[in-house]
Amino acid sequence: MPTNDVKLLGAPASQYVNRVQFALNLKSIDYEFIPQNMREKSELLLKSNPVHKNIPVLLHGDKPICDSLVIVQYIDEFWFDGPSILPSDPYDRAIARFWAAYIDDKWIPFFKELTTAKDEESKTALVEKILEGLKFFEDVFVKASKGKCFFGGETIGFLDIVLGCYLGWLKAWGIQLDVNFLDEAKTPALVGWAESFSSDKAIHGIIPETEELFRILQIILARAADAASK
Amino acid sequence: MAEEVKLFRTWSSGYALRIVWALKLKGIEYETIFEDLTNKSPSLLQYNPIHGKVPVLVHDGKPVCESLVILEYVDETWKHNPLLPQDPCEKSMARFWANFGDDKLMKSISQLFIAREKDQDVAAVEALENLKLVEEQLKGKKFFHGETIGYLDLAFGWFADFVSILEEIMSLKLVDGERFPHLSSWIQHFIDAPVIRDCWPPRDKMIIKFQVMREKYLAAATPK
Repeated sequence: MPTNDVKLLGAPASQYVNRVQFALNLKSIDYEFIPQNMREKSELLLKSNPVHKNIPVLLHGDKPICDSLVIVQYIDEFWFDGPSILPSDPYDRAIARFWAAYIDDKWIPFFKELTTAKDEESKTALVEKILEGLKFFEDVFVKASKGKCFFGGETIGFLDIVLGCYLGWLKAWGIQLDVNFLDEAKTPALVGWAESFSSDKAIHGIIPETEELFRILQIILARAADAASK
Repeated sequence: MAEEVKLFRTWSSGYALRIVWALKLKGIEYETIFEDLTNKSPSLLQYNPIHGKVPVLVHDGKPVCESLVILEYVDETWKHNPLLPQDPCEKSMARFWANFGDDKLMKSISQLFIAREKDQDVAAVEALENLKLVEEQLKGKKFFHGETIGYLDLAFGWFADFVSILEEIMSLKLVDGERFPHLSSWIQHFIDAPVIRDCWPPRDKMIIKFQVMREKYLAAATPK
């Protein structure tokens, strides 16, 4: 299996794609990024991910791997001689996977619900839930980091990647809603973590600038409003 | 010191059954705590404060939640009789299809289950498309990973039981042997497998439970 034939089908603003980029960088894997237009899906995408027709897709040789959390774990397990992404202890791994599932199944979907929230009351309720999630992450971080910079301890780990990919969008949403999501007073450890994570050399430059994400957010909101009025 | 393993479950949860089977396949002794989800125990809420759901595995006082997470924990802690393949690519496929089962397949089966009669044909389309994908995965294999039961079989186990319950309650045939020969065959092999078959919840109780659930949904959906 050629270890140097790695392609990533994705889009720069997709947080799920960014996760895979972080993982590949952490393992120092060279790869070809093949940008995808999600409004006009390519043959390659449809062939590589016929089930979901979605990004990211990692193409390793001729094998497609889909689902960002599945891909990150694959990268960790295939290139096992690089720095570890998941913790080595089974219990710590279970905690990391539990919170990854919470982030993808509950927390990020709150933002998706915000795009179609009709009134101020539902928006406020969603913001409360998002803030509650951030408080959970603060506690998890304090326990997992053991005084170091990352959820993974001294080095970036699974939860850093799974949550960190959303930092750009979190800022964009914060501007949109005029909410300071990462508040030094409420979640001081997370604020510190966000800085350490974003400035790490494996991470820096992957997440698009907040202005760009905010611009894309306006398009997403306009489309959602349009769909709702039909 | 002997290790202490507890499993919080309900009598009917298909998610909890995954762990029952996994612990049985690994020969792990454990204590079962049955929960009534309308009256959750303080222990459950302490061990799973975020979701308050079952299953929860508590190993030497440390709780693990979310059934697929628990399956991997069990497999990594007790390494004999592995549930997941060793090869990273095959492992990824297993995780991918388990997610598919819990997201797309379960959602489409549920949508069919609560559909009114006039909407059933449309609801069935997506369910059948998803089942075709599962059928493909089983071609040339007795179980998802080959000759022996593993992670994906446990992940899809709920379906092996639920499909016949749905078919009886709704008087329809969802998985017929002609259209889904491999899936039908897998269901037969799985439900009768020695480690699996003694764990099924009582069928009559399941029929009543799901019949009541379906009637509730239909009543709530009926325009007044």
